[in-house]
Amino acid sequence: MTDTAFDDSPKVDRSQMKVSDEVAIEIAEMNKWYGTFHVLRDINLTVYRGERIVICGPSGSGKSTLIRCINRLEEHQSGRIVVDGTELSSDLKNIDKIRSEVGMCFQHFNLFPHLTILENCTLAPIWVRKVPKKEAEETAMHFLEKVKIPDQANKYPGQLSGGQQQRVAIARSLCMRPRIMLFDEPTSALDPEMIKEVLDTMIELAEEGMTMICVTHEMGFAQAVANRVIFMDQGQIVEQNEPREFFNNPRSDRTKLFLSQILGH
Amino acid sequence: MSDTHAQTVPYVRESMLPQAEPPVAERGVVKWIRENLVSSWLNAILTLVSLYIIWWVVSHVWGWFAGSVWNAGSLTECREILAGEEGACFAVIAERWNQLVFGFYPPELYWRPLLALALFFAAIAPVLFPERVPRAMFVVTAAMPFVNVWLIWGGSLWGPIFVALGFVAGWGAWRLAQPRLGVLAGAILSVLAALLWWGVVTGWASPDFARILPLDLQRVTSRDIGGFLLSTIIGLSAIILSLPLGILLALGRQSDLFIINKVSVAFIEVIRGIPLIVWLFTAQLLLNYFLPPGTNFDLLLRVIIMVTLFSAAYIAEVVRGGLAALPRGQYEGADSLGLSYWQSMRLIILPQALKISIPGIVNTFIGLFKDTTLVVFIGLLDPIGFSNAIRASTDWNGIYWELFVFIGVLFFIFCYSMGRYSLYLEKKLSREHR
Repeated sequence: MTDTAFDDSPKVDRSQMKVSDEVAIEIAEMNKWYGTFHVLRDINLTVYRGERIVICGPSGSGKSTLIRCINRLEEHQSGRIVVDGTELSSDLKNIDKIRSEVGMCFQHFNLFPHLTILENCTLAPIWVRKVPKKEAEETAMHFLEKVKIPDQANKYPGQLSGGQQQRVAIARSLCMRPRIMLFDEPTSALDPEMIKEVLDTMIELAEEGMTMICVTHEMGFAQAVANRVIFMDQGQIVEQNEPREFFNNPRSDRTKLFLSQILGH
Repeated sequence: MSDTHAQTVPYVRESMLPQAEPPVAERGVVKWIRENLVSSWLNAILTLVSLYIIWWVVSHVWGWFAGSVWNAGSLTECREILAGEEGACFAVIAERWNQLVFGFYPPELYWRPLLALALFFAAIAPVLFPERVPRAMFVVTAAMPFVNVWLIWGGSLWGPIFVALGFVAGWGAWRLAQPRLGVLAGAILSVLAALLWWGVVTGWASPDFARILPLDLQRVTSRDIGGFLLSTIIGLSAIILSLPLGILLALGRQSDLFIINKVSVAFIEVIRGIPLIVWLFTAQLLLNYFLPPGTNFDLLLRVIIMVTLFSAAYIAEVVRGGLAALPRGQYEGADSLGLSYWQSMRLIILPQALKISIPGIVNTFIGLFKDTTLVVFIGLLDPIGFSNAIRASTDWNGIYWELFVFIGVLFFIFCYSMGRYSLYLEKKLSREHR
């Protein structure tokens, strides 16, 4: 596989961004219904290790539902999803194993308000991975430094700004040493000036070679970092391509319309 | 007309003004009175009317309290001392104090319930104030229920010890089985181990131990326990037992597992939908029909079980409110990190849901504690029961107010402290969690 991103802006270091042939996630003929409503229709998607995929599309198109199926926050009704060689089924052991390997960041951060930032970050390593407390705290401080908020470690989430909270959420996921990161509209609930600090953190993560799937409307991020952009509509993958082609030369009319609407001004 | 104002004329201040006091009407007591008592004509009138009502009540009750007689053998003697003057006859409380507090508990053994009460306070200290009391005190908390049963009812200490060891056996089985066989098999094996321990090991080992090292206290039957001792035993046991049961029921009601869900719903609705007094009569009369003939199941224990189940149903609904108030994101955040169901409940969901539910939980506890007085209807001698008995005696026939005031004050002290603690806890948690 070749790596392509058409914005060669100097601030993104692409040297570590390598896509390998190893399959990280395989989704085959996956369907999902909410009651009788067919939300995801015949999804086929293979994600290779090291890929940075951006999923975009109008609201209600099923993009969040798709990535929430990958760590089984939503259940799919037919087809298969294999994450890191483990197939998602109703087996609770598999689900917990996959969830501990796959990090996720949410639109509304979902930090635990009754725990300090440090406790938010050490909770899962201590209870799920059985890491000793001291070691977990060291790891947490390492990642909090990485997202540039080590000095807030003993505060509570409510005392931090939205951008800071989202960076803590990223650090919290990283403390589990995930091999795949899912981002579900991580910047949609943020003030404009805070979006950049979160995107910078995500770019840094991409530079280190993390496999990432991001649902986002940040097209600048998609151009700078993604190696693949997927456009979804009505529960289906309508178009996918490497970003330069996707933005400069969209093939389907639906994609053209969508791009003209979000890039039009 | 000139174009210049005073302000536009070049001006330099030569001396700085010192800080001045606000006007008299704007500070201290005067300000407080003006704002709180006489802020308008209507409020001034309301203040005067309220003051008059307070004065009227106090002036009528004051004489009764101030002239009270504390030392007399009977109501007649009391009236002689008062000689027609107004005054309460609190002598009845002085004379019947022991009955009102301990019931017919043997007087030479009063130290046992008192020690049990002291132990109870030592045991709840680390639960109520975890950051001020050393963690080692939790040993006392774990031992308290068993030691207190021994202290109050007497008998051999080996009985409670073996019951406690049964819990240890269950816990041990859980630790061994759960990692290998999973949660469900672990839970079943743990219950089996505990039952096996109580049913088999306790049966043949406990008398032997009692023979080798007799740790016996004189037995006191439940019939001799009465007064406030009875109310506190029922109330506190039910409070301690109903909280965990109520939490489990609330989780059951939220569960996706069909059977567990429906059983919880049915339990809550049935228990809640029927008055407590009916349940108490059930405990008194009906329960024996369901038990094998010949078993004599202590009435006090039956009442504690009924009151516990009753308040657990209410706690369950209060906690369910707390669970429902949490945003879905908290569940998803916990799930996405790979925490198991019980881990996410214990570490993420319940700490927050219980915090929201504190006022409701304490409200239920206060209600439960006062409802323990209903046991008078099934023939238990709680303080109300004793007040009736005392009034029925020739010495104190015709005395009402003094007894009820006393009982009311004691209940008020209990319930008010619970309410204050709940406020303290809410403040503390809101400061910590924000």
